Amino acid sequence: MKNTFPLWEVFIRSKQGLDHKHAGSLHAADAKMAIENARDVYTRRQEGVSIWVVESKHIHASNPDEAGSLYEPANDKVYRHPTFYDLPDELKHM
Amino acid sequence: MPSEEVIFQDKVDREIRIEPKDWMPADYRKTLIRQISQHAHSEIVGMLPEGHWITRAPTLKRKATLIAKVQDEAGHGLYLYAAAETLGITRDEMVDQLHAGKAKYSSIFNYPTLTWADIGAIGWLVDGAAIMNQVPLTRTSYGPYARAMVRICKEESFHQRQGFEILLVLSRGSKEQKAMCQDAINRWWWPSVMMFGPNDESSPHTAQSMKWKVKRFTNDELRQRFIDICADQVKVLGMQLPDPDLKWNEETQHYDFGPINWEEFWQVVNGNGPCNKERMTARIKAHEEGQWVREAALAFAGKMSSRAGVRG
Ligand SMILES: [Fe+2]
Ligand SMILES: [Fe+2]
Repeated sequence: MKNTFPLWEVFIRSKQGLDHKHAGSLHAADAKMAIENARDVYTRRQEGVSIWVVESKHIHASNPDEAGSLYEPANDKVYRHPTFYDLPDELKHM
Repeated sequence: MPSEEVIFQDKVDREIRIEPKDWMPADYRKTLIRQISQHAHSEIVGMLPEGHWITRAPTLKRKATLIAKVQDEAGHGLYLYAAAETLGITRDEMVDQLHAGKAKYSSIFNYPTLTWADIGAIGWLVDGAAIMNQVPLTRTSYGPYARAMVRICKEESFHQRQGFEILLVLSRGSKEQKAMCQDAINRWWWPSVMMFGPNDESSPHTAQSMKWKVKRFTNDELRQRFIDICADQVKVLGMQLPDPDLKWNEETQHYDFGPINWEEFWQVVNGNGPCNKERMTARIKAHEEGQWVREAALAFAGKMSSRAGVRG
């Protein structure tokens, strides 16, 4: 009989003030075990002060084939970037 | 519109990492699954020869170090299994392949650890050869594999340094300790040199793997680099590498070395090394004896979530 633990994604905050960042994945029977295993596997050298685990099946991802249409429109919206605006050099602190 | 194959190769050429949901050639996927799972199996089986010495480490400091190292190797196995799973194979399938003898792991772990000095030699030479292989893999074309390698490489350098330090202490010890140090180097040197795999002319997949940037250097290039480095490091120990042909070559700016016993290599790869059976028996036993724990954990999790559902 196979007993496959579900897959979890692990996110770690490396120090106070920073975002949680994806660290990897692991199998665990429940959230408590996932956090305990994540601590053993991903934070053996003080890599984190906080751990999030999310069961992988709950993550919805964008489709890589749509990556172009999702991100490309931003390319021609250069007016969203500060360097688009040509201002005189004598203007300070801006 | 260029074909998917052309887009794929163009990304690889431009050093854009391939991610799990991207289109990839079926053979690229197959090659990666084989390579990453073999690598994962090696980390896991690799715990056995060293685990053998945890109860007999000579001091508390050495024991703590060895436990930490073996625990790291378990982690390496897990990072790599997780990377392979993103390619569509399950953990159970990989474990089954290993236990059925269908999957390979590094043949170095089929040699016995006879003395404490072997733990030093493994750290210096075996982890050293592994690092030589793994550092270029941090830039391999498949994203999850590359990220796993980054994490692994960060941890490996402690492994090599603690091993060299064990040998250094022995090399400055009594006559018997010095002899033990040299004996371990004698036994681990050639199997370590073989860890880079067959010569380039007998490894037919190298060209394709290089084109896909799964591999960045050939087996022989990495082997030469390893030998050059070790030939200098062994002088710090005041010991010898067991190769009468080892000699600095001014012209090539590399060390020349003697013939490798490929007959022995293939014997061990094909299951006839000194410890192949022992290693597999130990892995299968550990897996089977953990079965009730996995069952209990799942039953408990199922019960808790159905209770939460009722309360809903
Ligand atoms: Fe490792
Ligand atoms: Fe290691």
